[in-house]
Amino acid sequence: MRPRTQHCGDQRRIATLPFTLEGAQKGMNRQIVRLTYVALTLVGVLVVMTTYWQTWAAAGLADRQDNAIKRVAEFSIDRGLVFAFEPRKRLARNVEREIDQKTLFFRRYPYGPLAAHVVGYSTVGRSRTGLERSLNDYLTASNANLSTFVDTALDELRGKPVRGNNVVTNLDLDAQSVALEELGTNCGAVVALDPRTGKVKVMASSPSFDPNIVEENFQAISRITANCTPAAPLLNRGSAGLYVPGSTFKVITASAALESKKYTPESSFLDPGYCTVYGKRVNNFDTSRPFGTIDLTNALAYSVNSVFCNIGLKLGARRILDTAKRFGFYERPPLETPADERMASGLYRNGKLFYPKVDVNVDAGRMAFGQERMLVTPLQMAMVAGAIGLGGRLMEPQVVDRIVAPGGKVIERGRPRLIRRAVSKETADAVAAMMRLAVERGTGTAAQISGYSIGGKTGTGETGVPGSNITWFIAFAGEDEESPPELAIAVVLQNQSGTGGTTAAPIARAVMQAILQGTENP
Amino acid sequence: MSARTRELWGIVVASLIASVALASVTIAREPEIAGRALTWGALFLGLYVVAHVVARRTVPYADGALLPLTAVLTAFGLASIYRLDPGDGGRQALWVAVGVAVLVATLVLLRHDYRVLESYRYVFGVTAVGLLLLPSVPGLGERVNGVRLWVDLGWVQFQPGELAKIFLIVFLAGYLREKREVLAQGRLKDFGPLVVIWGAAMLVVVQTNDLGSALLNFGIFLAMLYVATGRALFVAAGLALFAGGAAVLYNAIQHVQDRVTIWLHPWTDERVFCSQNGLLEYRQDCASYQLVKSLYSIANGGFGGTGLGDGTFTSTDGTQLIPALRTDFIFSAIAQELGLLGAAALLLVFMLFVVRGMRVALQAPDGFSKLAAAGLTFGFALQTFIIVGGVLRVVPLTGITLPFVSYGGTSIVANFLLLAGLLLISNRANTPSLLQGDRPSRGG
Repeated sequence: MRPRTQHCGDQRRIATLPFTLEGAQKGMNRQIVRLTYVALTLVGVLVVMTTYWQTWAAAGLADRQDNAIKRVAEFSIDRGLVFAFEPRKRLARNVEREIDQKTLFFRRYPYGPLAAHVVGYSTVGRSRTGLERSLNDYLTASNANLSTFVDTALDELRGKPVRGNNVVTNLDLDAQSVALEELGTNCGAVVALDPRTGKVKVMASSPSFDPNIVEENFQAISRITANCTPAAPLLNRGSAGLYVPGSTFKVITASAALESKKYTPESSFLDPGYCTVYGKRVNNFDTSRPFGTIDLTNALAYSVNSVFCNIGLKLGARRILDTAKRFGFYERPPLETPADERMASGLYRNGKLFYPKVDVNVDAGRMAFGQERMLVTPLQMAMVAGAIGLGGRLMEPQVVDRIVAPGGKVIERGRPRLIRRAVSKETADAVAAMMRLAVERGTGTAAQISGYSIGGKTGTGETGVPGSNITWFIAFAGEDEESPPELAIAVVLQNQSGTGGTTAAPIARAVMQAILQGTENP
Repeated sequence: MSARTRELWGIVVASLIASVALASVTIAREPEIAGRALTWGALFLGLYVVAHVVARRTVPYADGALLPLTAVLTAFGLASIYRLDPGDGGRQALWVAVGVAVLVATLVLLRHDYRVLESYRYVFGVTAVGLLLLPSVPGLGERVNGVRLWVDLGWVQFQPGELAKIFLIVFLAGYLREKREVLAQGRLKDFGPLVVIWGAAMLVVVQTNDLGSALLNFGIFLAMLYVATGRALFVAAGLALFAGGAAVLYNAIQHVQDRVTIWLHPWTDERVFCSQNGLLEYRQDCASYQLVKSLYSIANGGFGGTGLGDGTFTSTDGTQLIPALRTDFIFSAIAQELGLLGAAALLLVFMLFVVRGMRVALQAPDGFSKLAAAGLTFGFALQTFIIVGGVLRVVPLTGITLPFVSYGGTSIVANFLLLAGLLLISNRANTPSLLQGDRPSRGG
């Protein structure tokens, strides 16, 4: 419809003007219709994207730590309380404050530092940690569920503040406080759980901090000092602290050895006091007294490095690591706390977890007795001790017993869950017997409690600097050898001059006593 | 029912919306229920009834939906701004009144034949460039967030870019109407004046760092060129030119790079250099703070929103969580409190306005009117897209206003001018027994 006037003179053009104008206008209409589609598409894209952000992406954005809007908005919710299991005390409660015509609920933690790492904190300025963060949906009743949805909608219509769900943890408050007292000014952690159910009774990390002052006086927390630098009081050493396992790793090596069928508990070794790796000598902890001829059971009970070193060289690193994986290494142990507050155990290289592609990448001899670049968490080692005591069954650790709606209805209840069978019953029972011997007359005698059958393993991770050993004690405890253990524990201490047997074992004993005797007389 | 009667009913409905919204805000924000909301509702109704009465006398055959749609948009804006800051709400109401006065004045002034403007097209073109230049004049211009788009005259501040847009459209409509036939042949020399005016406008924009206006004006230019010539090739060439220009700008101007980086990667997992305080910070805590906070605000609204007055915009100690909420981010405030339902309703009103505006362009009897109506409507749609799209991370965020909704006098006045233009064109298109006596009254 475009006028073809380019070859014509002015007169012709004027003559055809009425026609060309009319045609031109019709021609423009086609363009205008198309432009309308473009304009409507532009605004339509906005509708689509608004829908995307408000529905599809909303949950992801709500979970972001820097989402101050969601966080502040949730302070108008009567947040659920957090309880200890035994005694049933409130670990987190609310105080109401009227601000700008609105009732807001701020957190108070009656027990302060006692369970600060597990419970965490919920603040306006510093976001959330611990269960306060990972269970936020439950605590703010924003977990999608028809009945709770109706309840919260009704509350909103009535103008009442929404009430969150209460959380009952498995924590044994008395034992938790014994653990923290025993740790004292040392940097370290205690994790104790019931291996039969996975219920975590104690998760103490030292130094701790008072979650009540996080909002107003965070400076005071950064000034906390302890027997290590940095003191890192906010770090949950129980599940996120990575330490050289030392001889506690021999439990895994022994399990791998028995599983390989190349060794039995009676396999005998000649201990020269050292072992040769790549032409170099690796010494026992005490080189002055070589054990001479010794069997595997006694080698574990007395923690003889050369024996495990040779087993490691024979088995190869990957076979041992595969057994470790069966115990839960190389994955974050499942727990209700936030994922980034839990670390996976395993070999680390440049700050990253690594699994060797071929055996020669790793010094299997050193790794077999817990050196090399092996790093583990106390939670992981408590799981190992528990699985050995329980005949090889690895249970999922759980720190939350149940979540209860405001009306009293239980929304979620922790049920014992088997992760997997880590090792065969024969292997587990054999290693358990070795660990019992270690407590009976080996390196772990300091952990003995009369009336209980306890199996344990000491560990001393050497850093090469005197007075800065990492010391360990892991153990399981039951009424007798036949019945499944009620308790598994891992204790770790940083910057020690003693051994695991002299420093960590007594702490383990005190905490175990608190739990075992506490359950006897409720 | 005549167009004007429908308009009146529409205005009544819009006033009801405004009253309910304001009442909702006062109930949520103030201890005792204030009867003031109803007074304001009545004032709102009165204001638009004045506009309606004037329209009845000056543009009796104009589209009956445009004025009520405008009223709904201003109601959205007034309620949200009042909710954020009652003082600003009052000032915005005053600006809406000024806007209506400008609308009335324009209708009265141009009621006989607005096409006289066509003969002043070059005046409009030059004025548009002049207006765009104003913020760069030393002593007059004011820099906000690294962008010069304000002029401070001491007693009043205004954004000349908003008015320049309208003037540019009038210029383009006049010029393209005159030259469209020769332009369609694609001879370079015919593009001369066009390129000069447009190039000047672009240079000014580069100088002031005002990317939003650049995109807006360029988009309007391309759209009108396409409508005039019907050559998609021109649009393609224009877009290619734009891409090239954007690449040059990206490499030359740090501000542009920052905007694009924020758009592509608003969140970082590691701390990056923060130019605001010279430290290492997560980008969401530094450069992309505004965008990210605004997204959180939108997401917090969810499907139904928190309700007017119950949104979270301040921390527990009263500090603002989202910057520039009343202007650039008014959409994120609305989206939080009214949710997807309210935000989608608002966008639907924008869509209806666009449909009505384009209908005016289709009905318009002459080339100048067609081009002007299409340009004004497309400018309206594109401006909405650029600012809301920026807030929604569809395009890089630039600071321009949401028509009729954002806080700001210049923007309100300029958009009422836009409305006046559409009403005038629509009236002429639908007037029976006009020059072309054979045209049906509702042709198109």
